[in-house]
Amino acid sequence: MKIIVLMKQVANKDAILRINKDQTWIEESDLSYEVNESDGYALEESLRLKEKHGGEVVVCTMGAARVKAVIKDALARGADRAIHIVADDSLRPSPFAAASIIAGAIKDEHPDLIMSGLQSDDNSYAQTGVILAELLGLPHATIVIEVDASGEGLRVKRELESGWYQWYTMPKPALLTIQSGISQIRYATLKGIMAAKKKEIREVTPQMDANTASHQKVTKIYFPQKQKQTQFLGNGDAKAGAAMLADKLRTEARII
Amino acid sequence: MKHGILVFIEHRAGAINKISYEAIAAAQDIGAKLNQPVSAVLLGANFQDLAQQVTAYKLDGVMYADNEKLAEYTPDGYADAMENVVRARDPFLVIFPHTYLVRDFAPKLSARFGKGVISDCIRAGLENGELVFSRRIFLGKIDADVVPNSDAPVFATFQSGAYRGETAEKGEGAAVETMAVEVGEIRMKPEPAFQEVKSAVDLTKAEIIVAVGRGIKGQENLQLVEKLAQILGGEVAASRPICDAGWLPIDRQIGSSGQTVAPKLYIALGISGAIQHLVGMKNASTIVAVNKDPEAPIFDIADYGIVGDIFEVIPALTEEVKKLKG
Repeated sequence: MKIIVLMKQVANKDAILRINKDQTWIEESDLSYEVNESDGYALEESLRLKEKHGGEVVVCTMGAARVKAVIKDALARGADRAIHIVADDSLRPSPFAAASIIAGAIKDEHPDLIMSGLQSDDNSYAQTGVILAELLGLPHATIVIEVDASGEGLRVKRELESGWYQWYTMPKPALLTIQSGISQIRYATLKGIMAAKKKEIREVTPQMDANTASHQKVTKIYFPQKQKQTQFLGNGDAKAGAAMLADKLRTEARII
Repeated sequence: MKHGILVFIEHRAGAINKISYEAIAAAQDIGAKLNQPVSAVLLGANFQDLAQQVTAYKLDGVMYADNEKLAEYTPDGYADAMENVVRARDPFLVIFPHTYLVRDFAPKLSARFGKGVISDCIRAGLENGELVFSRRIFLGKIDADVVPNSDAPVFATFQSGAYRGETAEKGEGAAVETMAVEVGEIRMKPEPAFQEVKSAVDLTKAEIIVAVGRGIKGQENLQLVEKLAQILGGEVAASRPICDAGWLPIDRQIGSSGQTVAPKLYIALGISGAIQHLVGMKNASTIVAVNKDPEAPIFDIADYGIVGDIFEVIPALTEEVKKLKG
C-alpha cells in the first residue's frame, strides 16, 4: 500500500506570537516551528499501516527551506521518501490553492491512501484535505480515529460530536483526515536518523500566481478583544495569587 | 444574477440540530445588513416535516431537497444535493453551522465551485460596504479578518456560539418548496452511529470542575489536581491532549469532541484555551484560569486569572481552600 502523508510546519504551540507591522501576519523572523499536531498522528498511522500491510510512506510538505525539518523528522521516524513543494513564506495560499498545488505535485504518484491531519494549528481552515480529495476524485473521511485496511477497501471510525462515533467503509484509493490521539507517536531512533540521510527528497516548484492563489484574503490580524474583564491576581506571586483567589471564590463568587 | 443568502439546516436522528438556529441568526443578521433575502435549505429523504419546522422562522423560503440517497448523511450525497440546490438558487452567500458534519462535506461542495470555505467564523460585518468575516486563528490566540476574493457564491461556516440561536427571528409565510435533486454514486457506506461505553462520570452534573491541560507535563503530576478537586468537592476533567496521551480516560474530556459543561466553578489549570476546549466550558458561571502565558486565550473568558506556574499555584490554592473550609 502506498500512502502519501501531508504534513505542515506551524508555529510552535508555546511560541509567543507577535503581529507584524502591517498587521497581515505574525512576525516570523525569530519564530520557532514544529510539526502540526494532527499531521504527526497522520504520519504515525501511515507508518503503522505500512508495518501491517507493507508498502511505502511518502511524506509531502509545502513551504520554505525551513520545512525540511519536518521532512527530516518524518524520514527519521520511518517514512520512505519525501516530496518538498518549495514555496516562499510570503505566499500564503488559500485552502483551495494549497490543495490544487498539492494535487499537481503528487499527480504521478497514484497512492492507495492519502492522509493528513484534520486541521492546521495556524490557520485552522480544516479543509485542504477534503478539497484535495475532490480535486483528485477520491472518496474521503474526516476526523478519523481508527483505520482498518485489512480488507479490500477501507473501514474507518469517524469521530462525531459529543462522544458519538461512526464507522464508514469506502473503496481505495481514498483520503483520510486524522484526529489527534489516534495512537501513541513513536520517537525517531538513532538508526532512523542515520537512515534518513540517504532517503530521497524530491523538490517541486509549483507554478503559482499570488493573485489566483487566494480565494479568500486575510486583510488584517489582531489580538482578540477580551470577552470578560479578568481580575488578575497575585501579580506574579503564585502564593499570594492563590490566597486572593480562595478569598474571592468565597466572598465574590460564593462558591467555597 | 447572484442573489440572496442560503442557510444550511443540519439535522440528525430526526431532529434539527440546535446550532442550525444559530446559522439562521447569522444569515438573518448579514441579510439585514446587506438587504438580502434569506432562504433555508434542508436535505433528506422524507423529512418534509422537519423542513416544515423551519418555516417558523422569518425566511424568504424553505427549500427541501429530497432524494432517497439522502436518508443518511454521506459527503458524496450531501455534496451532490447541495451543488444542485446552490446552482438552482444561485445565492451570493451560503452559510453553514461549523459542525463536524459540515466540515466533512462543505469543502467538497465549495471545491466544485473552484474555491474553499471561509470556515469557523466568529463574526461578520460590513466595512466600507464590504462583507468582512472574522476567524480565530493560531489556536485562538489571534483573530483574522477575511474577505472573499472571488465571485459568488461565497461559502462560510460559523462557529458554535458565534450567534445566539434564540435571537433567530421568528416569522411565518415561507412555504416549504420541495425540490428533487440528483445524487450520484455514494462511495462511502455509513454504519449506525454509536457511543462508546457509557461514561462512568457525568461531568455535566458537576458543580465544580477542576480541569487540567498540557501544562501538567506528566501523568504523575495529576495527583496535585486530584487533591485540589477533592478539597473543593469537584470533579477532575481535562483538555484533549491529556486524554489523547491516555493520562485520563476520555470521559473526562471537555470540549467539542468531549463533554459540554456549565458548572458553577470551572478551574482551568495549564490549559491554553483552544477553541475546541472553550466551546465545552465557556458557559460556566465562574471561570478561573492559571497559566504561565499571560496571552493564553483562556484568560479572555476567565473571571479570575493567575499568571504563573501551576506547580506553585495548585498546592498553594489547595492549602488556602483547606484553611477556608476549616
